[in-house]
Amino acid sequence: MECSICNMRPATLHLTNYLNGHKSEVHVCHECALEHGYIEKHDEPYTIHDLLSGLFHHEYGAHSQPTQPSHTPHAESCPNCQMTYQQFVNTGKFGCAYCYDTFSQHLNPILRRVHSGNVEHVGKVPERQHVHLQKKRVIQSYREQLNQLIQDEEFEEAARVRDKIKALENGEDHREDERGADE
Amino acid sequence: MSLQSFINRAISPWMQEEGPEHDIVLSTRIRLARNFADVPFPLMAREDQLEHVRDRLKHEFEGKTFLDNESLEYFNMRDLSSNESQVLTEKHLISPFLVERSKESAVLLSQNERVSLMINEEDHIRMQLYFPGLQLESGLEKAFKFDDWLEETIDFAFDEHRGYLTSCPTNVGTGLRASVMLHLPALTLTQKIGKMMPAINQLGFVVRGTYGEGTEALGNIYQLSNQVTLGRSEEDIIQDLNSVVTKLIERERYARNLLVEQSEYRLEDRIFRSYGILKHSRIMESKEAAKCLSDLRLGIDVGFINHLSTSILNELMVLTQPAFLQQYAKQPLSAEKRDVKRASIIRERLNLEEA
Ligand SMILES: [Zn+2]
Ligand SMILES: [Zn+2]
Repeated sequence: MECSICNMRPATLHLTNYLNGHKSEVHVCHECALEHGYIEKHDEPYTIHDLLSGLFHHEYGAHSQPTQPSHTPHAESCPNCQMTYQQFVNTGKFGCAYCYDTFSQHLNPILRRVHSGNVEHVGKVPERQHVHLQKKRVIQSYREQLNQLIQDEEFEEAARVRDKIKALENGEDHREDERGADE
Repeated sequence: MSLQSFINRAISPWMQEEGPEHDIVLSTRIRLARNFADVPFPLMAREDQLEHVRDRLKHEFEGKTFLDNESLEYFNMRDLSSNESQVLTEKHLISPFLVERSKESAVLLSQNERVSLMINEEDHIRMQLYFPGLQLESGLEKAFKFDDWLEETIDFAFDEHRGYLTSCPTNVGTGLRASVMLHLPALTLTQKIGKMMPAINQLGFVVRGTYGEGTEALGNIYQLSNQVTLGRSEEDIIQDLNSVVTKLIERERYARNLLVEQSEYRLEDRIFRSYGILKHSRIMESKEAAKCLSDLRLGIDVGFINHLSTSILNELMVLTQPAFLQQYAKQPLSAEKRDVKRASIIRERLNLEEA
């Protein structure tokens, strides 16, 4: 396959491009990829400043935020690290943990595009800092297991998993009870 | 142990071990990105805040041992010469970006080079664990243990909904980048790899050449890694990556068999020609070296060549990078001088194996 930019060198980079909400394939050679900012000389498969800032610009231009109409994006800056919205757009990077709140109204559409539609973390939790959350997740995964076992009519094993859930729930906090309502 | 011992050996000790699927998978790397909860990310942090991050990690972990019983060595990047930094980059122990930020950055390296913890790169912490062959699942397990060990003393930036918070939105969530380095000469030779890439991309993975700035994967060595870090658990990401790798391995083996069966003497000829070039050349460009080394390794794997060790590809790919050549010559070298040095190092290394 030839590079779609220079039509000379063979395409070595095959990126999924999410511009203007459309997904498209880009096939380019290494030189053109560097030149057009698809990649950097940086050890990341996916550092795409230009692509990302493209997303941010698009976000700002095309969608108004009906829930918070009073904010003009330019006025925003992070109270913790002083990063401005413009800096955020230009770099495609956050300045600190609080930036995630500061720029939260722009965040979901961007995350969705970068992470195949996902906006919520489901993986590892730092245990010491987030004991409750960790427990909640464990219980949740047991519940899923339990449902599956019941569906499969593996009642003996299901009873065992149910005991584990009970033990966890009784072991500590009552806060865990809130989870019950979700099911 | 001094910096010199990291610089002098071309091949990390773990690379000499034969991991699972080692005829195709050279290595597995698990990277986790983490940040201090209470310090701005390197992009926006003040100098004294970044110094605090360095000092804290140095204080907590320098000289400490983790699992493998080899202690962590601490280096400020500004104390390394530019050639020394480049050598560590060529060994993939640190990233070019860490070197760019050498005023503030540092690294903790385990003596056996299985663990590298980059400090003040794009994020405060980028821990990388390396494994020979294909070891995604056990690799993730070890990386989690290492992460837990750090978390005993460091408060990480974490949000219940967004997960581990990183400077770039492409890393948020798990902060996980799992990558596998694959030698795919047969899929490249038969031009199958290009056709497989769109499908691989669609699954949320990316394939790149590992070495060189050139137009193709030098040495037919590719790196396959995950793009999506949010909304999927680490285990799921690893499992999917593993199944893509397994498919690639299957196809590569199939293509190799077909080549051996159908090319009659042509494949054998190509391999021994490359062997001859490596053994006797006096001037060798990096691109030619990479091509010939890939052929040689394929020759070892399919059984045409029996007296050489498989680690020769890994080793010579690293050893013949520019900074390594200069390290060996103990002086800066022009491009032409490098090609001469490269040829002589390869000859020496092959003679050593054949002795
Ligand atoms: Zn091109
Ligand atoms: Zn901020």
